Amino acid sequence: MLYFTRWKATAIVLTALIVCLFAVPNFLPEKMVQSWPKWAQRHVVLGLDLQGGSHILLEVDSAAVRKEKLEVVRDDVRRVLRDARVGYTGLVIRGTSVEVRIREGSNFDQAVDKLRELSQPLGGILNTTGQRSLDVRTEPGNLVRLTVTEPALVERIRQSVEQSIQIIERRVNELGTVEPLIQRQGADRILVQVPGLQDPTRLKELLGKTAKLDFRMVDVSIPAEQALQGRVPPDSEILYSSTQPRTPYLVEKRILVSGGDLTDAQPGFDQRTSEPVVNFRFNTSGARKFAQVTQENVGKPFAIILDNQVISAPVIREPILGGSGQISGSFTVESANDLAILLRAGALPAPLTIIEERTVGPGLGQDSIAKGKLSSYVGAAMVIIFMLVTYGLFGLFANVAVAINVAMIFGILSLLNATLTLPGIAGIVLTVGIAVDSNVLIYERIREEVRGGRTPINAIDAGFTRALATILDSNITTFIAAAVLFYIGTGPVRGFAVTLGIGIITTVFTAFTLTRLIVAYWVRWRRPQRVPI
Amino acid sequence: MRLLRIVPDDTKFDFMRFRRISFPMSALLSIIAISLYFFHGLNFGIDFKGGTLMEVQSKVGDADLAKMRATLGALGLGEVQLQQFGAPNDVLIRIAEQPGGETAQQEAVRKVRGALGDQVEYRRVEVVGPRVSGELLSYGVVGLMLAIVGILIYLWFRFEWQFALGAMIANVHDIVLTIGFMSVTQIDFDLTSIAALLTILGYSLNDTVVIYDRIREMLRRYRKMPMPDLLNASVNQTLSRSVITHVTVSLALLALLLFGGQAIHSFTATMMFGVVLVGTYTSVFIASPILIYLGVGTGRDSLSAPDRDK
Repeated sequence: MLYFTRWKATAIVLTALIVCLFAVPNFLPEKMVQSWPKWAQRHVVLGLDLQGGSHILLEVDSAAVRKEKLEVVRDDVRRVLRDARVGYTGLVIRGTSVEVRIREGSNFDQAVDKLRELSQPLGGILNTTGQRSLDVRTEPGNLVRLTVTEPALVERIRQSVEQSIQIIERRVNELGTVEPLIQRQGADRILVQVPGLQDPTRLKELLGKTAKLDFRMVDVSIPAEQALQGRVPPDSEILYSSTQPRTPYLVEKRILVSGGDLTDAQPGFDQRTSEPVVNFRFNTSGARKFAQVTQENVGKPFAIILDNQVISAPVIREPILGGSGQISGSFTVESANDLAILLRAGALPAPLTIIEERTVGPGLGQDSIAKGKLSSYVGAAMVIIFMLVTYGLFGLFANVAVAINVAMIFGILSLLNATLTLPGIAGIVLTVGIAVDSNVLIYERIREEVRGGRTPINAIDAGFTRALATILDSNITTFIAAAVLFYIGTGPVRGFAVTLGIGIITTVFTAFTLTRLIVAYWVRWRRPQRVPI
Repeated sequence: MRLLRIVPDDTKFDFMRFRRISFPMSALLSIIAISLYFFHGLNFGIDFKGGTLMEVQSKVGDADLAKMRATLGALGLGEVQLQQFGAPNDVLIRIAEQPGGETAQQEAVRKVRGALGDQVEYRRVEVVGPRVSGELLSYGVVGLMLAIVGILIYLWFRFEWQFALGAMIANVHDIVLTIGFMSVTQIDFDLTSIAALLTILGYSLNDTVVIYDRIREMLRRYRKMPMPDLLNASVNQTLSRSVITHVTVSLALLALLLFGGQAIHSFTATMMFGVVLVGTYTSVFIASPILIYLGVGTGRDSLSAPDRDK
């Protein structure tokens, strides 16, 4: 156990050294590290609880996705049956399906065949499962029921999440923060982490808005108040203004131009009133549509609608042919700026709901770092002194091994670009405890072997051999706990699991190699007559 | 230099005799802990209950709790708890989960921010909606189970099934007592508590495994020794290590407890109780003597020596 070949000894020392070196960038000023090659720049990332920032978990509103999908199906059914000149009644969305009753029994089969064409195979050309987007069933009384299949819905939600991530990225990047993290979590969730944010209110405003912009005509056939009494024309609906007091508007359902046709939006000021406004520009097709609509409707009001709220309803004074325009509507400088950001980034395919938020202010983060450092230093100092008092020279060996162990933990954390959280620091402190334990196990075993009458070198050898088996067993059990923590935990808890797990690995490594190597060289050098523990 | 010896060499405590006291005592304590859980309950944090937690620091001297309580009470957010947190100008605000789903929670935060205004610095805001809190709780429980099962399987491979079973009984005992401790102290039970429980599990097992390792070794070496004597010898031989290791772990934990700040206070307090008090006691007074009842070593003479040695 105490004999090392030269190359083995070199390999052990080199491994430890290289792993420790990876920790170096953490302790140097950022400027210096930036000139290094990329692989050497890896460093530990401070968790949001230490550097301050916001962690926000968003969920795609799957009910809204389903509703939208069903509305598309309903419109498709209407179009298909009209095109095929099939008479129908009672086209409705009921629960998770669309139902339609074919009027004439004679062309029922033909209608069903047409409707079945609406159902498309899922997964494009690689479709191997045979799943389809719609489940079309017939029922007595010439009833056809079209159900959106679960796989189709899941696929749609997946697409929504992907599109939303891109849009959110654009929105968050406009905030000008450093290294925001935006990633998918699970099937229908998006995690947004933005470090160094004092007040997340604005971030949440930007994340929570769908930003669906429509331009529609105001329905002037009857006053909105009258429509409110219960006689809403079939092709119109009542929407309210975004500002208080909420004014009702009767607007047509038909969308003239939508936000998807925008190419740019910038905050600005109205030249006459100097009110904050948002200037926008349409793409070619949007500009053409807008020009045509404004030409046909001079003198009539149209509504600019954001997320089903009327921002403003100006009267078209003259045709707008240039493809650019202006939205005004009691904005502040900031809200105009935010709306411009939202319009540039585009609309979310489905509404997102904030289901979890954790924000730590920079003040608390600083405090936590200071406390983490202080408690680590005090803890380490106490352990070091205790080991020296208990084991003397061997205690010193143990302390050297533990110091290298901690340096290696930082090295591996850097290599993985891992996140260090406050519980993570606690994990390192605990690792110090475990690492010391491995030395205690070895030394106590050596003491026992000495008492058992072995010669010093024999006792040391036997002590290592027997203790290492125990060290392995006890560390694997703790490692299993750490692995489970990593698997189930999020954020800070996961940080704890990471440092604990890495700590166990480095502990086993140092116990099996470095501690043994140090003791072996000492034995060779001093040829001890008695073991000094 | 004379080195410190906390535990003298060759101790011969009769730990096994204590089982007549320790077993009934542990059984009683476990029953108390379980009743505490059911009748006194745990102080579930927002991770598992949903709701809002805000840590605010007054910018204008010490926080006036009574005034803040009146201000926030008028918002109609149901139960609002205020608590001083560390420094006299630090206040922890807890708002129960609002009815009305995910968006209602965000609305509550907006109201509080509006009411407190710029008088305070918002050091921490955590909002957990109903859906996430439910998931976190089931994840936590499942995780705890998974860890126990995983460790059991490992022990079963490395030892005999009696050892695995003994370790599991010891494990469950540790967790039950620690949950009792959390109920008595009403420490916040949140995700970090699950982390603490899992670490306690790992540490306590670590200890148990060290003693079991020794028991296994002794079983191979002394085939005729009566079980209680053999177990006693094993525990006594590893006693010095157990004590020294627990002193070092306690030192590390003590530093975290004293200087780690409020944010990890409940975590370290739980760990201190679980690792230092329960874990050590369990491995010596429960995990080891229980092997007698589980029938370890009864058929020792029939074991062939070579395949038991490594």
